[in-house]
Amino acid sequence: MVPEMSDHSGAISLSEDSSRRPLSRRQVFERRQKRRSLLIALASSLAVIGLLVALIPQTPGWYKVKRSFFNGPILDETFPALLRAFVKDIQIFLWCAPCILVLGMLLAICRNVRSPLLFPLRLFAAAYTDIFRGIPVILTILLIGFGIPGLGMDRPWNSPYLWGSVALILAYSSYVSEVFRAGIESIHESQRAGARSLGLSSSQTLRHIIIPQAIRRVIPPLMNDFVSLQKDVALISLIGPIEILRQAGIDKSKYANFTPYVGAAIIFLLLTIPETRFVDHLMSRERRRTSGTAVR
Amino acid sequence: MTPKILLDEVHKSFGTRSVLQGISIEVAQSEVIAFIGSSGSGKSTLLRCVNLLESIDDGAIFLDGVDISAPGLNADPVRQKIGMVFQSFNLFPHMTVLQNVSLAPHKVLGQSKKESESHARELIARLGLSDRADGYPDQLSGGQQQRVAIARSLAMNPEVMLLDEITSALDPELVGEVLDVVRELKSNGMTMLLATHEMGFAKEIADRVCFLHEGQILECASPTEFFNNPTHERTQQFLQRVTDAGRL
Repeated sequence: MVPEMSDHSGAISLSEDSSRRPLSRRQVFERRQKRRSLLIALASSLAVIGLLVALIPQTPGWYKVKRSFFNGPILDETFPALLRAFVKDIQIFLWCAPCILVLGMLLAICRNVRSPLLFPLRLFAAAYTDIFRGIPVILTILLIGFGIPGLGMDRPWNSPYLWGSVALILAYSSYVSEVFRAGIESIHESQRAGARSLGLSSSQTLRHIIIPQAIRRVIPPLMNDFVSLQKDVALISLIGPIEILRQAGIDKSKYANFTPYVGAAIIFLLLTIPETRFVDHLMSRERRRTSGTAVR
Repeated sequence: MTPKILLDEVHKSFGTRSVLQGISIEVAQSEVIAFIGSSGSGKSTLLRCVNLLESIDDGAIFLDGVDISAPGLNADPVRQKIGMVFQSFNLFPHMTVLQNVSLAPHKVLGQSKKESESHARELIARLGLSDRADGYPDQLSGGQQQRVAIARSLAMNPEVMLLDEITSALDPELVGEVLDVVRELKSNGMTMLLATHEMGFAKEIADRVCFLHEGQILECASPTEFFNNPTHERTQQFLQRVTDAGRL
């Protein structure tokens, strides 16, 4: 990995323009440091990669692994079907995400109500988050995906798409509600005092002052959860729908070869790597915004 | 005549720490009272209690003869009549200056958006911030932020203003612009309670200066009387310390 460079000296280039102000002592030092660390990073990366490339093919099983996991012709043949199946994953993601946001926010608000009349709601929300945060997503999907269609309802109420999505929504809304709750609690008491002193009621304060600020603050961690959701959609394959993981399994059996799984992994990475980079970018921007300057 | 505000033996403690120990004071319509005292003496808590941001343990607070400290009373209508300005401004950072000022009149008083905004613009202009109306709080200087906070309170047409050390977080050269606003409020006859460390200002603007010590009012007097002939030993010590520090 190449370490991230500070761009303090990046603006000054070694240009042919000799009329420019000479570099300060610090700038000269920083440029030398930067060049040096770049060289070290490059050399060590090359060494490690070179070693891996040289050593792995020496292992006794490599030619078999290469044939059954990294098989070019099979990848070419199965990739288009995998891509088509991946559309299903994206669809499931797209209809789950808004439901998760709404449900997660409602749960977070329920856990914040102090009115005794609404105590059952608070209890319910607490139990809900405890239960669905405590069960592995895959179990939730299996239990709901196989259990509820067992009630014998007619189409479309027995669709594995429906109940698989419901299971994802239940599990993820419990995670997301905790993120929202943390966001709500992170808003400083003085904001509440400012709003209440103007005569705003507690629900008006929550709606106009607390929640808008909380949402801004939790966008980066929320995005993280949604990158996970993107991947966990594949778990629905266990209860039937032919999405990318299922499609890869079918092709694996058809060709007696694991390459389709590698193909599926590549497709996921094509989407999730840009997503996680984007989240990292948002998070570091938020850090810079809230903590002023970064200490090097 | 009923006093505008009447505090009768107000007690307040946080856990085992007793912060207000029997505060009683009458405040007449249009009177300006400055509370001074070292930090921890209870000035801020006193103002927060009058705004009902803190509930009191014992005693009573009356506004126009009505007990506003009665347990179970809905605090929201009371707070509409009592504006409060905080040491740290407490502006809403996700809203523009205009939105900060117009939010409560729109949501609480039920003014139309247009009405509340045009009223807000007038107020913002009156406080000399017209060119900042569409900016966000963190783009403003401390003095400007505090003036926005005052405008936000005034937008509710309060009958009383509580000013809680409103210049303490400001750079010295920004204090003046905020105090000018308070002077203007006084000339318009606003009833005000202020907690302050600005002795010179308390002397100038207050009708009465009250010295708080360990949750009790030790003495209340006209500024001249208070600063020239303090009767209580604690007050004398406090004023001596302030004078030694070059703040008076």
